[in-house]
Amino acid sequence: MDAFLATPLGILALTVAKALALLVPLLLAVAYLTWAERKVLALMQLRKGPNVVGPFGLLQPFADALKMLMKETIIPSGASRALFVMAPMITFGLAMIAWAVIPVSDGWAIADINVGVLYLFAISSLGVYGVIVAGWASNSKYAFLGALRSAAQMVSYEVSMGFVIVTVLLCVGSLNLTDVVRAQEHIWFFIPLFPMFVIFFISALAETNRAPFDLPEGESELVAGFFVEYSSLSFGLFFLGEYANMILMSALVTILFLGGWYPPFAIEPLTWIPGPLWFIAKICFCLFVFIWVRATFPRYRYDQLMRLGWKVFLPFSLFWLVLTAAVLKLTGWLPA
Amino acid sequence: MIAALAFYFFAAILIASAVMVVTSRNPVHSVLFLILCFFNASALFLIAGAEFLAMILVIVYVGAVAVLFLFVVMMLDIDFARLREGFQRYAPVGAAVGGVLFLELLMVLGTWRFADDAASLRINPTTPGGISNTAAIGRILYTDYIYLFQASGAVLLVAMLGAIVLTLRDRPGTKRQSVAVQVARDPKLVETRAVALGAGLDTIGIRRPLPPPEPPKKVEHAADHAADHGGHH
Repeated sequence: MDAFLATPLGILALTVAKALALLVPLLLAVAYLTWAERKVLALMQLRKGPNVVGPFGLLQPFADALKMLMKETIIPSGASRALFVMAPMITFGLAMIAWAVIPVSDGWAIADINVGVLYLFAISSLGVYGVIVAGWASNSKYAFLGALRSAAQMVSYEVSMGFVIVTVLLCVGSLNLTDVVRAQEHIWFFIPLFPMFVIFFISALAETNRAPFDLPEGESELVAGFFVEYSSLSFGLFFLGEYANMILMSALVTILFLGGWYPPFAIEPLTWIPGPLWFIAKICFCLFVFIWVRATFPRYRYDQLMRLGWKVFLPFSLFWLVLTAAVLKLTGWLPA
Repeated sequence: MIAALAFYFFAAILIASAVMVVTSRNPVHSVLFLILCFFNASALFLIAGAEFLAMILVIVYVGAVAVLFLFVVMMLDIDFARLREGFQRYAPVGAAVGGVLFLELLMVLGTWRFADDAASLRINPTTPGGISNTAAIGRILYTDYIYLFQASGAVLLVAMLGAIVLTLRDRPGTKRQSVAVQVARDPKLVETRAVALGAGLDTIGIRRPLPPPEPPKKVEHAADHAADHGGHH
């Protein structure tokens, strides 16, 4: 068996098995995230939420998926066909391949690469293409306006996100995600770097086009933004991709600031719970905050969104980066 | 073997998409092919073992530069028929320029000599043993050549300041927005009350029907204040 796993074919088979073991639960999680979102929003608004299909409405996501599959795929006559079909695939594919480097527990990553943080940053910065291509290929004004908004928004917030990541990396001294988590064994980074944690979380909201920054799909003025023209499975792929991106961003927050698979305190009953469960619990907490924010805050105006990104987050995160570097240098805590 | 196959695969796609950048009729398609080019170039970096450069290429060029590029190209209103009109007229000039460039390239390649130790340098990785190439690049940029690096940063800063100075005009009568004023609550106009948790449920008709409406009271309205609400000044 070990001999087979060392051959190229064996390595391939092992990688495929690992990918399936990660992606199948991920897609299930996406399905139940849509259910959880509707349920939490409903409870926050004193409603009941989905409660008809299955017990507590638990089968609702599958009913929705089935409905989506049964619908007709419509490609607008003025659309750029190839790009129109490609855009949802880009969004969905990028949301999936980013998971290749996420360490669920110590050593539990499909690819434990040296530049894991950069890989994630690169993939998340590519997400804008799915949106922009969809908006352009639809040949519709609403879709195009949504795509332009999204492009500007994602590029703006990436800059401050980059500075936040650099600040964390300064404290770690490695670009490897497993090392980032290991550096938080004694203290999670959200305590010493609390302002950066807040900025990163808000930027993650903007990066995933979530409320209160969901202007690219603002239904009150742009109908549904960049995916107005999409129906059936192509719409479903966008939907899956967006929710998978939410989970990915939560995982990134967990890895960078909330100590990955470590329990809050290394004391007896907490250490009995295995690492992956801590990781999942932290992701669930972040996702709850995502939904909580959506239920609480009104949508930003577009100029306020840009102002927040460029005039508040960017200078502040730059200042905090320099401050962190100076403190680390002066106290000699800079990792070798 | 596999690395060689992968190299030829990515290199072939890179060259093919580079050709498509130049030849495709639609400028948006050109930019998308350019992005495909960047991708394959970063794959080649990966094969060469330069994972840091590969990721930076994707982040900087694909994630930022090409997005802005696409942004601009998509908003251009290009008439493709008129674009093709001049092709016949300019074709000889273009062909002449291309021919000259081709001849020059031939002359360069004809007299090209590799350095004697080029082959051995190519085999040995340039990073010292035990150091990841991220650390190696960092050491060169920020330790060995820090002054030159800072100087290039200063040049870019001057360019940025120049662009801002050239475009920034302070015209009289421009309306400016003060967000702080706009979102601030004026305590004279807004009253805040602390409501106990769940206390509202009994009075808004969810737990029991609403009580009969009270007789209307006289409320002093601050209607004239509404005019100066907002942030324009």
